[in-house]
Amino acid sequence: MLWGILAIFVLAALAPWLHRAFPRASGWLLALGPAALGGQYLFRAGEIVGGPPLVETHPWVPALGLELAFRMDGLGLLFALLITGIGTLIVVYAGAYLAGDTRLGRFYLFLLAFLGAMLGLVLSDNIFLLFVFWELTSVTSYLLIGFDHEREAARDAALQALLVTGLGGLAMFAGLILLGQMGGTASFAELAARGAMLKAHPLYLPALLLILAGAFTKSAQFPFHFWLPGAMEAPTPVSAFLHSATMVKAGVYLLARLSPALGGTEAWTGIVATTGAVTFLVGGFVALQQSDLKRLLAYSTVSALGLLTWLLGWGNPLAVQAGMTFLVAHALYKGALFMAAGTVDHETGTRDVTRLGGLFGKMPLSGTMALLAAASMAGLAPLFGFVAKELFYEAARDSVWPLWISVGAAMLGSVGTVTVAMMVSVEPFFGRYVATPKAPHEAPLGLWLGPASLALLSLAFGLLPGGPQGLLASAVTAALGEPSSFKLALWHGLNPTLALSLATLAAGGLLYAARGPLRRAFAAAAGPLSYGPTRAYEWTLQALKGLAAGQTRLLQHGYLNYYLLVFLVAILAMIAWPLLFHWDFHLRLPNSGIRVYEGLWAALIACGAGVAVATNSRMFAVVALGVVGYGIAFLYLLFGAPDLAMTQILVETLMLIVLLLGLYHLPGFAKYSRPASRLRDVLLSVAAGALVTLLVLITQQNPHPARLVEYFSKNSVPLGQGRNIVNVILVDFRALDTMGEITVLGIAALGVYALLKLRLKGGGEP
Amino acid sequence: MKSLILRATARFLLPLMLLFSVFLFLRGHNEPGGGFVAGLVAAGGYILFAMAYGVGEMRSLLGLEPRSFIALGLTGALASALWPTLAGKPFFTGLWVQISLGPLGKLKLGTPLLFDLGVYAAVFGVMLTIVVGLMEE
Amino acid sequence: METLLAVVIGALYAAAFYLLLRRSIVRMLFGLLLLSNAINLLIFTSGGLTRARPPIVPAGAAEATPPFADPLAQALILTAIVIGFGLLSFTFVLIYRYYQERGSDDTAQMRATDP
Repeated sequence: MLWGILAIFVLAALAPWLHRAFPRASGWLLALGPAALGGQYLFRAGEIVGGPPLVETHPWVPALGLELAFRMDGLGLLFALLITGIGTLIVVYAGAYLAGDTRLGRFYLFLLAFLGAMLGLVLSDNIFLLFVFWELTSVTSYLLIGFDHEREAARDAALQALLVTGLGGLAMFAGLILLGQMGGTASFAELAARGAMLKAHPLYLPALLLILAGAFTKSAQFPFHFWLPGAMEAPTPVSAFLHSATMVKAGVYLLARLSPALGGTEAWTGIVATTGAVTFLVGGFVALQQSDLKRLLAYSTVSALGLLTWLLGWGNPLAVQAGMTFLVAHALYKGALFMAAGTVDHETGTRDVTRLGGLFGKMPLSGTMALLAAASMAGLAPLFGFVAKELFYEAARDSVWPLWISVGAAMLGSVGTVTVAMMVSVEPFFGRYVATPKAPHEAPLGLWLGPASLALLSLAFGLLPGGPQGLLASAVTAALGEPSSFKLALWHGLNPTLALSLATLAAGGLLYAARGPLRRAFAAAAGPLSYGPTRAYEWTLQALKGLAAGQTRLLQHGYLNYYLLVFLVAILAMIAWPLLFHWDFHLRLPNSGIRVYEGLWAALIACGAGVAVATNSRMFAVVALGVVGYGIAFLYLLFGAPDLAMTQILVETLMLIVLLLGLYHLPGFAKYSRPASRLRDVLLSVAAGALVTLLVLITQQNPHPARLVEYFSKNSVPLGQGRNIVNVILVDFRALDTMGEITVLGIAALGVYALLKLRLKGGGEP
Repeated sequence: MKSLILRATARFLLPLMLLFSVFLFLRGHNEPGGGFVAGLVAAGGYILFAMAYGVGEMRSLLGLEPRSFIALGLTGALASALWPTLAGKPFFTGLWVQISLGPLGKLKLGTPLLFDLGVYAAVFGVMLTIVVGLMEE
Repeated sequence: METLLAVVIGALYAAAFYLLLRRSIVRMLFGLLLLSNAINLLIFTSGGLTRARPPIVPAGAAEATPPFADPLAQALILTAIVIGFGLLSFTFVLIYRYYQERGSDDTAQMRATDP
């Protein structure tokens, strides 16, 4: 499995070159990659459906116990087939949709990289591996939504999707780590086996909430759904693939994957099923106000994702069966409808359904396919959507919730779905022909192959529900954590469920007939529901930016002396605090006696420093600094350091020469600060000086450690062949330090040279 | 600064200071002195000369760019560090040889001496580069 | 003597800090120069004071006879003095060139990172 995923990534990397080499056929060529992989999965499907899952492990970071663990059970296989199958069609579609676009090579790169990441997500058996792929899908989704990066709307939408799903992903990561700690394993399969222990764990609820944050943001559940309609800024192939069929289902996948480990509790059912049901209704309701084809489909996708979440929240066998069946049905019809919508946009130049009509005569093939897909969406027999809806109604009639709530909500949302299905198919293709920006005609093969394949598959699965039955049963088994078998059938007999279906269709048809006034009425009624979360997101983003700018202005104001002031005060406080509050020794003043000339020299040094501070003449200050330097050199000489004394005198002399050479070109001292701030600085400096004095005295309290000195003294002659211990330390014992020091010196000198000699050419402003 | 006295002094002082610097360098391992101090003294001599006769004169006397001494010094120091590794000893191991000069006594040579020479050249180069750079402004 | 030197070091630090806090950049440089000297003296004093006994092994002896001054502190300071020179002259030339290009010696005018 690893090699399959890596092959997709390699193909992604090669895509731009392939596209350059075969610009016309690149879509067809690249589609071979996912097609071959999908074929291979299909070939092995029988083996997986009937038997144990495929397991594959490679070492990754052995020291941390991380491994590249892949596992393909029914659930993984179902998703892998959807991803590779629809992916193949999308690549072909993209080749035709963006034909002639110079950026197509890059588009393939992003699209295939996403495909690889998504495959990795559904096949990984390790929580850390899953997180890596999860984030990769977020990143590739960001790149694809912002593909038209020259438009601000696309950039904003891309960032919004990344922030929402990325933050959710981080929360999820924390939750997954908690889960791994609780269960003592990073493997999903083993976590599923330890479900009972996990559900009784005190950290169960925090872990669940964190993981749900990831799943809900990724799968656009209310109130995080707003990024998905925004993501419609992406080119249509992306919307069809990522934002309806695959990526947004990652959250649903995670719920299904973890439901054996975490599902079935009151918290799970309460949160997941309720959020799902609310999203189902809100999505359908807001969709009814839309007139843009893609936004219509986007909100109906939100609604469908809500439905899936809802069913997984209930988590009983019937609900999970309905969920898996609906997942496939939705992927087929929504992918087809998105592509059809893209085709309409491509051929007419508009996506506004109120400005479209009567296209069927011009585009009969695309129209047929769109109608077929929409029929599946509406739940018309004999399409696969009908089978799914029947199961959904049966699950609703048999749920843990009161009958009137579950069936009522199911009916209400489904009526909306029927209406939306008619809005995206009947409205543009039938009725009076309306003139469009471009004169429409039938789309080329690449553009209708994708919708046609998916729509026909919807029909085939509807007529022969036994086809996908085994695979679905296997996926249900994985999501339930216990063996399950069920029979899919188109005809369930004359029963209350069928009556509900018929009533839904009738109500949906009525609503569609009244769509004009309905849109206006809903737009007025649902205002805050449709834009509320977006506003909240925008407000948060603005506040965050304001905070960042404010604190930057506060801390990075650019005034050097204030930086130093903050530094000094902080250091003073940090040192003074322990001295004042943890003072636990008696200070003995060390005294080796003072000889008169020593005292005089010390006084001279202090006076020099004082003059350097007080004088207004630069020459005076330089001389005073010289006095300090030479005075210190003399102290070195007095206290047994002739090497230091010589070095200090020479360096001091050279420093004076440098200062005198340069000061000639510099202005005199100016008084820039006010008396009040000078007073403040004086007080602060004196306090700091006093503190240093205190510190020096404290260091004198402890006996001087003699071990090192003894070592150097003993070994200087035998090991270093020299009697001057200081020099032996410099060139032998600690030669590496000296090496570093002369290197630094060299760099400083070259810096000076560069500053002085290498002026920017052209003069004027540097 | 074209003082006659300075010119006369500098002409005498330069060789004296160079001699002194070599003396400081050679005795540095046993008595106060060493590469740092010696390098500073040598640089001081050349700077004095440059003050008296101008930087151009000093450069022609020196023959090499001041910067080159930094490179030479660092290379020498690095060579002294790498030398022992050729003999399979750790980096920076001090290696010594004694050469008997008959009646003159013994001469001790070792990689620390080469290292000190590197320090000498580097310090000399650094000081000259900085001061000469400023003098040419 | 240690106590007296501690006071002198404190005075040097105080003077250095005051100069560092000035807006006139040449004063700031002088503060840096004083600080560099003060730190060297601080390390020297922390090594312990020993009058007139440099850490040199007498000729023919195997090791130095205590008491002698701390050689490690001296080695540290010796390089610090020379490096201090490198640092200070680099800072000085930087200031000098800045003044040449911008004509200001007020640090409050040097606020932009990329003038």
